[in-house]
Amino acid sequence: MNSEKRGLGFYILTAFFALFVLFLYGPLTTIFILSFQGPNGGLTFPMNGSSVHWFKNLLFEQQAVGDFGGAFSRSLILGLMTMMATVVVSLLAGLAFRRRFLGSGPLFYLTIASLIVPSILISLGIGLAFQVFGLSPAWYSSAFGAHLTWTLPFGLLIMFAVFNRFNPAYEEAARDLGATSWQTFAHVVLPIILPSLVGVGLFGFTLSYDEFARTLMTAGTFNTLPLEIYGMTTNVTTPVLYALGTVTTLFSMGIIVVALVAIAVLRKRRARKVAG
Amino acid sequence: MTLSRLAPYLQATPLTLILAAFLVLPIATIVMVSFWDYDSIQIFPAFVFTNYEETITSPVTWNTYINTFKYTVIVWAVTLFVGFWVAYYLAFHIRSTTMQMVLFLVCTIPFLTSNIIRMISWIPFLGRNGLLNQTLMGMGVINQPLEFLLFSDFAVVLAMVHLYTLFMVTPIFNTLMRIDRALVEAARDAGANGWQILTNVIIPLAKPGIAIGSIFVVTLVMGDFITVRFMSGGQSASVGLMMANQIALLQYPAAAANAVILLIIVLLLVGGILRIVNIRKEL
Repeated sequence: MNSEKRGLGFYILTAFFALFVLFLYGPLTTIFILSFQGPNGGLTFPMNGSSVHWFKNLLFEQQAVGDFGGAFSRSLILGLMTMMATVVVSLLAGLAFRRRFLGSGPLFYLTIASLIVPSILISLGIGLAFQVFGLSPAWYSSAFGAHLTWTLPFGLLIMFAVFNRFNPAYEEAARDLGATSWQTFAHVVLPIILPSLVGVGLFGFTLSYDEFARTLMTAGTFNTLPLEIYGMTTNVTTPVLYALGTVTTLFSMGIIVVALVAIAVLRKRRARKVAG
Repeated sequence: MTLSRLAPYLQATPLTLILAAFLVLPIATIVMVSFWDYDSIQIFPAFVFTNYEETITSPVTWNTYINTFKYTVIVWAVTLFVGFWVAYYLAFHIRSTTMQMVLFLVCTIPFLTSNIIRMISWIPFLGRNGLLNQTLMGMGVINQPLEFLLFSDFAVVLAMVHLYTLFMVTPIFNTLMRIDRALVEAARDAGANGWQILTNVIIPLAKPGIAIGSIFVVTLVMGDFITVRFMSGGQSASVGLMMANQIALLQYPAAAANAVILLIIVLLLVGGILRIVNIRKEL
């Protein structure tokens, strides 16, 4: 099949795919460019000179609304909490689902339900539950739980994909050599699935860091970054909004690159070990 | 031996507890509160059906549902079309696995960045003085800026397609990658042309992926409120937005009744999709 000549379909679909990528990245690129507007520039083209004025304004000046630094650090900590919880809980649940256990069916459907129940319902439900039980919602409690209902199903589905392809012969070999179940897990299973766990962590962090709908009613007194950004869209009419967009998007992309490099390094190291 | 038989239960406990606390309990609370009563300052326990009555008998609800269904059908159709061809291109036209992974990541990365920023990023593009209007006017296609581009149903659908197409691409790509290439070869040897291979071999085998993608897109659009609020500039309604407005007015029981109805409809839609396509093989 590989030697086959490319037909017309290939070129049409290549153009289609290129348009799709342009559609995905084009708008983002425009706000990257516009965030470098001159001090008198507006929200649209043309560029009125170019400067880093709006970045300085964002980072060093008191904004009329909101608390960018505080919101960012809350989102960062919440993202890290969600990431760790997602990795540990999905890994454990993934291991559980490798064997049959009573209630595995209902638990699986519950996890899928968590994925398809609209976000605003989760938000409203957790907000109401906290109110009914007399608890006050906060980003580290109710919003944390709300984010987990979104990240855990993804984590578990990734673990399913991983364990479906996992060759149990490795574990049997370890056990035959006298390894305990903990040793088998720590020295055989874990190193093999480590790159996928980094992927689960990446999903856990970024989905939480960017989550809006599930945070709306669960964040309590202090805003997370997406709520803060949303608040800014109704009040701020200067390119500082784009500067914020650029900074947070670059941050997200930085995280993605770090995770992808980590996955590549882990894979390579593993391949070298197997070869050597 | 007992420990190893207990192990899966212990391993599944954290997931079960989290879902019980943050999924089951909140939904149970919504159902409970949907029967409560409220006035302008507080909600109080009761057992009344007024919230449902008011919701179901109000023409606003019906119009809002019709509008939400309209978004759902259009976004579903567009994301299915775009998502299928993107997935098909990646799975069947890209020949090296590395290239496949790279291009797939290119599609995935925007999904891992902020939805709100991605919506904001349409403003300089679609706005009254945006790039598109400037370009069209520069080319002499139009004399005055098109007003319908931003803050309209068009903008809502465009932003939703932008945000949600990946949910269609990933599951379809996943099923296409599992199709045994020998089947395609066999069809070709038996004299099928490209179109016949597509409609008789590939699409039937891709159905589970299409179903999973459809479930994602349908549930995301049905529950959406932020895209509708932001991209329509407050001029269009959706069920999620109606709930968000009730929440903002602290009319929690009304919002809860709406939520229960929405949940039932979403589950019916998902059930419908699952009746048509069996996705169990995929899982």
